[in-house]
Amino acid sequence: MNSIYPIFKRELRSYFTSPLAYVILVVFQLASAMFFYLNLKGFLQLQFDPNFQLLREELNLNTVIVIPYFNAMSIVLLFIIPLITMRLIADERKSHTAELLFTSPINLNSIILGKYLAALFLLIIMLILSSLNIIVLAVHSNPDLGYIGSSYLGLFFLGASFLSIGLFASSLSNSQMVAAVIAFGILLLLWLVGASSDAETSIFGYLSLINHFKNFGKGIIELKDLAYYISIIYIGLFLTQTALDSERWR
Amino acid sequence: MRIQEVVTAMIQIQNVSKHYGELVAVNNISFQLEKGDVLGFLGPNGAGKTTTMRIITGYMPPTKGNVYIADIDVFEDPQAAKSHIGYLPENPPLYEDMVVREYLDFVADIKQIPKKEKNNRIHYVMEKCGIIDVEKRIIGHLSKGYRQRIGIAQALINDPEVLVLDEPTSGLDPMQIIEIRELIKGLSGERTVILSTHILPEVTMICSKVVIINKGKIALEESLERLSRKMDGIENVLLKTRYWGEEIQEEIISLPNVSDIRLGLSNEFIIEPKKGADIREELSELVMQKGWGLLEMRPVAHDLEEIFLRVITTEGI
Repeated sequence: MNSIYPIFKRELRSYFTSPLAYVILVVFQLASAMFFYLNLKGFLQLQFDPNFQLLREELNLNTVIVIPYFNAMSIVLLFIIPLITMRLIADERKSHTAELLFTSPINLNSIILGKYLAALFLLIIMLILSSLNIIVLAVHSNPDLGYIGSSYLGLFFLGASFLSIGLFASSLSNSQMVAAVIAFGILLLLWLVGASSDAETSIFGYLSLINHFKNFGKGIIELKDLAYYISIIYIGLFLTQTALDSERWR
Repeated sequence: MRIQEVVTAMIQIQNVSKHYGELVAVNNISFQLEKGDVLGFLGPNGAGKTTTMRIITGYMPPTKGNVYIADIDVFEDPQAAKSHIGYLPENPPLYEDMVVREYLDFVADIKQIPKKEKNNRIHYVMEKCGIIDVEKRIIGHLSKGYRQRIGIAQALINDPEVLVLDEPTSGLDPMQIIEIRELIKGLSGERTVILSTHILPEVTMICSKVVIINKGKIALEESLERLSRKMDGIENVLLKTRYWGEEIQEEIISLPNVSDIRLGLSNEFIIEPKKGADIREELSELVMQKGWGLLEMRPVAHDLEEIFLRVITTEGI
């Protein structure tokens, strides 16, 4: 297991020696800043609405800016994460380095975990940078920090689940493009499958990635939502291992 | 639990087959190599060389059969077996975006070389492979010759007892070929090397043993000593007779100047005379006398190329 670190280190270095990581960070930062700006602008315009005073209870900083902001971020992640994970394994095949990895005296799980953790690290950097928007808000106003904390936790688990599925998609192909498309397809499916039903009453609703995010956005951290995301992460990693193993047995 | 005899062989390949769906890429091959052997692994494209090498290095498991490296079953204890192996695949496994030194550092890490020895090992392989002057360059910017050497350096970093090189000289210019060849020659000795190649003289220069495979089967397995004996001076004689029977073999081997007889590929005998002897006359007399019906008699195969082509083409019929 002590070989996780070299894999992690190389993978992370590889993100930052290519333009990819920077482009992803910039795009994510721009997208989140834009959503933040639009929500903020909407909230300011609301102040001049004659009915605003009546709806003060429902329409506050948290419901108009914070919650929609995190919902928008979750969608941005849906688009960006396949780009983070697409190269993880597909590229090892393309550059023939898979042969080096799989003939080295390290086990498959170390390779998979090292790569997964590197992608997770990039996600954490993305989330930290995007928190600038929230910090600005917190300095000039008083949003509910509970909402913000639980939303970040939710966003982290949502992103971590996406990454795990993306890693699996990358293990299925030697083309980064195909890997990204597969990842996006699976994510979209898991996203939409429960759009019309909710997590409590229907199996599809329960499977939906987004339904479990809703609670976090409302400041509720529930064990069943955490359990759901951790299961998705585990399943993604397990399927990656299975795919890589069975490829060699064929 | 497997009860296993103690053997001295470094590499043991036992009845290995590999199927890809319907396609049989490797068909029941077995051979073994002792410590210090340098095997030239020959065969036309698509004969199963790369597949065999991938099985030996533990990259993929065989459909049937076993591979032992230093008495360790590669698929029962892959981690232990892999730590004895250095492998240069057909395409050197390089991360184009890395600096040479950094790349070797990474390989040393995943091959679990202790921290204390790491710098020494990296320096040693860089020196051995002549890549010290490009230590700080990005791999993607280097020429094919350098990449090949980095590939070899990578394979050597754990000081492996078994070195598997898949076409180490392919795609290089003549100067580079000579350099890499010298390098490999310098590496053998204590190590057991398997080297696949298309260049036949290379085998005569470097190897101590030859295995030719064709369509997944071993078509010839011989020590180079024996081969080169054939190549200088002793002409084998190919004999084809109408009559076909066991006693022919016995009669011929009892001739005074015959040292060996074996079956050829299509109802023919290959007869190896004792050194310097010309047995054609006595052989033809014997055939006449017995009335076996002489169809063909001629001296055969002198250089490796001839042997190779013969083995490959007749097998193909």
